[in-house]
Amino acid sequence: MKTLYTTLKYSAVTLWSMFVIAPFLWAISTSFKDFNSVTSGVSYIPWLQFEPSFEGWKVLIKPASEGGINIVEPYFNSIFVTLTSSLISIILGTLAAYALSRFTFKAGFVKNSDITFFFISQRIMPPIVLSIPFFLMLGYLSLLDTLMGLVMVYIVLLMPIAVWIMVDFFNKVPREIDETALIDGCNPYQAFYKVVLPNSIPGLIVAGMFCIIFGWIDFFFAFILTFTEVQLLPVAIVALNSSITPWWSLSAAALVSVAPLIVVAFIVERYLSKGNLSGAIK
Amino acid sequence: MPGLLVLLGILIFPIIFTVRLSFSGWDSFNPGLDFIGMENYIRLFTDDKRFWESFLRLGFLSITTVFLQYIIGFGLALLVWKEIKFKRFFRVLFLIPMMTTPVIMTVIWRTFFHESLGPVNDFFSLFGMAPPWLSHEVLALVTVMIVEVWQWTPFMFLLMLAGLLSLPKEPFLAAAIDGASSIRKFIYVTFPLMAPISIGAIIIRLIEASKIMDTIFVLTSGGPGTSTETASFYIFIKGLREFQIGYSATLSFTYLIIMIISLTFIAKFLTKIFMKGDAE
Repeated sequence: MKTLYTTLKYSAVTLWSMFVIAPFLWAISTSFKDFNSVTSGVSYIPWLQFEPSFEGWKVLIKPASEGGINIVEPYFNSIFVTLTSSLISIILGTLAAYALSRFTFKAGFVKNSDITFFFISQRIMPPIVLSIPFFLMLGYLSLLDTLMGLVMVYIVLLMPIAVWIMVDFFNKVPREIDETALIDGCNPYQAFYKVVLPNSIPGLIVAGMFCIIFGWIDFFFAFILTFTEVQLLPVAIVALNSSITPWWSLSAAALVSVAPLIVVAFIVERYLSKGNLSGAIK
Repeated sequence: MPGLLVLLGILIFPIIFTVRLSFSGWDSFNPGLDFIGMENYIRLFTDDKRFWESFLRLGFLSITTVFLQYIIGFGLALLVWKEIKFKRFFRVLFLIPMMTTPVIMTVIWRTFFHESLGPVNDFFSLFGMAPPWLSHEVLALVTVMIVEVWQWTPFMFLLMLAGLLSLPKEPFLAAAIDGASSIRKFIYVTFPLMAPISIGAIIIRLIEASKIMDTIFVLTSGGPGTSTETASFYIFIKGLREFQIGYSATLSFTYLIIMIISLTFIAKFLTKIFMKGDAE
């Protein structure tokens, strides 16, 4: 019975692992192919089944004039937009969350929890609902197709996540801490950034991580709100898809763009094992 | 805090604007905020079968994929919760798909499911079959579901594992003293304790799943025909392909209302199911 259970357990885990890994392995293998090895049938192992070529990788760093795919610029655009908007939404979101967790707002029947829910409900809105007002709004401000415009939109998208995680976190930091600080002669701002904030660093890290993930993986807004001047990574890669499909460079580009966030998976796991994450996600 | 008010302003503006737009006839021939009354709504409720079909499809798609994700995610979380070899390796591995950009992975999946050059059909050809994954109505839907499950099970897994790790130890000790088997432990201890987290996780995933759009855009573009078109993809076509902005605002607003109502009902329903297990 015991051994049967263990066998089942390991085979289930292995099976799922294979499913998780399969597309990555396929992409790695494809990225070393050339036109002939892609079209001549399905093959997996280099040297044995096809002659590896590095064309797919080389083409990524060549400028477009030499027939390359310029992925470097979208890459930096993506990094810039993701980091800037995450940072700003964390700052604004943390402030808003602190206010929601510590002070009481009243506007008629609207209470704190309603405001918090309002922030979360932003996530219910499908991007498509937001996209049309945003499109017209950015057009009006002539920020379409600029990095600034994208950063603005992403802040609106990411801030609810930051507020949501941080409200939960601040609610767990005991109120007595602030009160002690206030009695010791801090004003509310000092109490916030000298006492409460240092106690919420795990929450900040979790919120930051989620902002970065959701910023980095967004495609839709980048796709709608930019045209030619500014391109983000996902858009650049999907654009490759529509041409005659050079699978090899497509795979190489996909792997390169997916790589940075895999590091995040390691960080998440560390926090998980330490038990810090469990409080932050509810 | 004045900052808070500004933020509320930024966030509430799109909704009000959408509502206003939904009463206008803004399209590519006639751009501008005129007022045409209920015309758009009448058109939606009497003359747009495609929207309601796409809505039903979305409902089906999100409920089935989230259900699968919950079962698999919870199962995997249970498997790597306690002692297992290479625990941390598996945990990291199971989280990875969530960190990858859905559209980019979908591009890879498209090559993966390619009818003659992809590995999936290479496998099926061993049995002399060649399922047309992306160009058959039902199979295309199945493919979308497979990709969704791959992409988002890790999210469920993460929430459930975080929940499991934060459970108190005492109930398990009590159960162990009573000599409960592991299956009974699961039914009477683990599952009831996980109920609130389960509800939260399912609701979050339903919200996110209902927005599915970029996967479909890349994988099938709603095709073949309209067989994988979901509500948000349809709104996208109407709004930013055919530039019927007024009408698509009507669709968006209706969509939003239905989503909020149905999510409230689903939340109530889930609470009923999970909490009933608690009472027994």
